[in-house]
Amino acid sequence: MTDHLKVFEWAPVRGVWRRELALFRRYWASSSFASIIEPTIYLLAFGFGFGSLVGHVAGYRYVDFVGTGVVATATLFTSVFPGMFNTYIRRTYQHSYDAVLAAPVDVHEVVAGEASWIAVKSGVYSCAPILVSLAFGLRPHAGVVAVPIFTVLTASGFALFGIWASTVVPSINSFDYIISGVLAPLFLVAGTFFPISGLPHWAHPIAHVNPLYHCVELVRHAVFGFHPLADLGHVGALLVFAALMWFLAVRGMRRRLID
Amino acid sequence: MAIVLRDVVKRYTDRDGTSIAAVDGLTLEVPDGVCLGLLGPNGAGKSTTMRLLTAQSRADEGTINVLGHDIPREAKQARALMGVVPQTDNLDEELTARQNLEVFARLYRVPRAGVRAAVDRALEIAHLTGRADARADKLSGGMRRRLLVARGLVHSPRLVLLDEPTVGLDPQVRADLWGLIAALRASGVTVLMSTHYIEEAERLADTCALMSRGRVIATGSPAELIADHAGDRVEEHEGPPERLAEVEGLAHRAGLPTRRTGPTVSVLRAERIPPSLADNLANGDRVVRRAANLEDVFVMLTGETVD
Ligand SMILES: Nc1ncnc2c1ncn2[C@@H]1O[C@H](COP(=O)(O)OP(=O)(O)OP(=O)(O)O)[C@@H](O)[C@H]1O
Ligand SMILES: [Mg+2]
Repeated sequence: MTDHLKVFEWAPVRGVWRRELALFRRYWASSSFASIIEPTIYLLAFGFGFGSLVGHVAGYRYVDFVGTGVVATATLFTSVFPGMFNTYIRRTYQHSYDAVLAAPVDVHEVVAGEASWIAVKSGVYSCAPILVSLAFGLRPHAGVVAVPIFTVLTASGFALFGIWASTVVPSINSFDYIISGVLAPLFLVAGTFFPISGLPHWAHPIAHVNPLYHCVELVRHAVFGFHPLADLGHVGALLVFAALMWFLAVRGMRRRLID
Repeated sequence: MAIVLRDVVKRYTDRDGTSIAAVDGLTLEVPDGVCLGLLGPNGAGKSTTMRLLTAQSRADEGTINVLGHDIPREAKQARALMGVVPQTDNLDEELTARQNLEVFARLYRVPRAGVRAAVDRALEIAHLTGRADARADKLSGGMRRRLLVARGLVHSPRLVLLDEPTVGLDPQVRADLWGLIAALRASGVTVLMSTHYIEEAERLADTCALMSRGRVIATGSPAELIADHAGDRVEEHEGPPERLAEVEGLAHRAGLPTRRTGPTVSVLRAERIPPSLADNLANGDRVVRRAANLEDVFVMLTGETVD
């Protein structure tokens, strides 16, 4: 049975999932509550508060614009935070990975397990704002069914980014630098709450290297109508981002876990 | 041979750039079915040796083979066949005892249909059947350690690495774990157990390897080691410092080794004390006569003290 263990095996990934599912059975209620309430608050505050001033943005109702933008921000935060904090805590305080790596499991399999769980959970929960938006009058195209694909893809990249970041920081407090220095700008320069065309010209290239921007575009296009060529580019950008982060996360974890 | 280490060196570089060799030319063989006690003081390199065997540390020099697999090249294969009980508790505190074991049963590739039986068996070995659904962070220190051992046994490995399995446990829990380890050995499992408790090694190990500063300085069964290095009997003299120095002088002149233990000096190989010296040596001191033990050997060979 264990005579020919391959370089990549699914058993470790399933092992990580088994753990996460056991925990998820305990906290699904609070997670689900938060994933519905947060976008509702955003939509109430921005959609109605701001929307009453703005009305339409970039050709969309502002409340629809925000509703789709919040999908992307939810994807960002529900993937990058678990990637950073959970893996940091499990590595340094709980020594969980030391335990796992004494079994027939390699570092890249641990990373695959953690990242895939985070990505799927984040990707699914991040669709909640669409449901809330329906209640606020959103009338999406059929393409809306593709939204989970884009959110899972985006969340993969950001989960891996978080895992990589957890191997770079010297202490858990140093995450503050990443949150304010990296995540906050990503969050704001992505066209979530206002279109990037509203930003000064020099900021436009920055938006284009921001994975979250590509996610926002894909989600909006899925809901309001695809732009096939541009969207292929957006998917490509997210794939490149995830691949690069995979490489960095695995390398970082290997350095931290194998001496 | 279950484990073969040859001329293994593992260096660490500190923050300030100084390099220390945690394992420094280690050569060690563990035959199949044997319980080998790796005995050494803090910092001797016991845990580093264990991590080298699972390829969680990579050797700078030397060769390692575990159950016929070269490490680190075939480490994954080797890890599938061995169970590891680490020195530091790394149980998943958020999971129950049963869930901890289930996750590792999967990681160790126990076939799906056999997971339940394997987990039940491991719980039974650890006497945790009644606490199976308690979260790990709600278990006592002794239960956690037993669970840690059970986790390393969930796939019925042929080889088990135990890194200081009983450190910090009360005598009852320790005796309980000794029973468990003795049962493992009796069932033919190869055990490599590090410890700095002399008594543990004496009770459980077929063979001991004394480790100091990253290398093995003596090997043999506890009885052989004691006979070779400390003789049969020991006389422990108690007295004021001047008297202790005098006893040392007398013993050394007769060619007998001694060691200091706090307020006493022990004369080793006491069975060889010549009659002419016996009276002089006794001279009204409080003398305790006892059998030589592994600790005498250890102190003799390393000058270091152990628990
Ligand atoms: N990751 C590391 N980085 C730097 N030095 C290390 C590292 N791991 C171990 N060492 C050093 O290597 C030496 C051997 O350590 P090791 O943990 O193997 O000893 P040990 O015999 O297990 O001791 P103990 O009985 O205290 O557990 C020690 O001096 C230790 O400080
Ligand atoms: Mg140790």
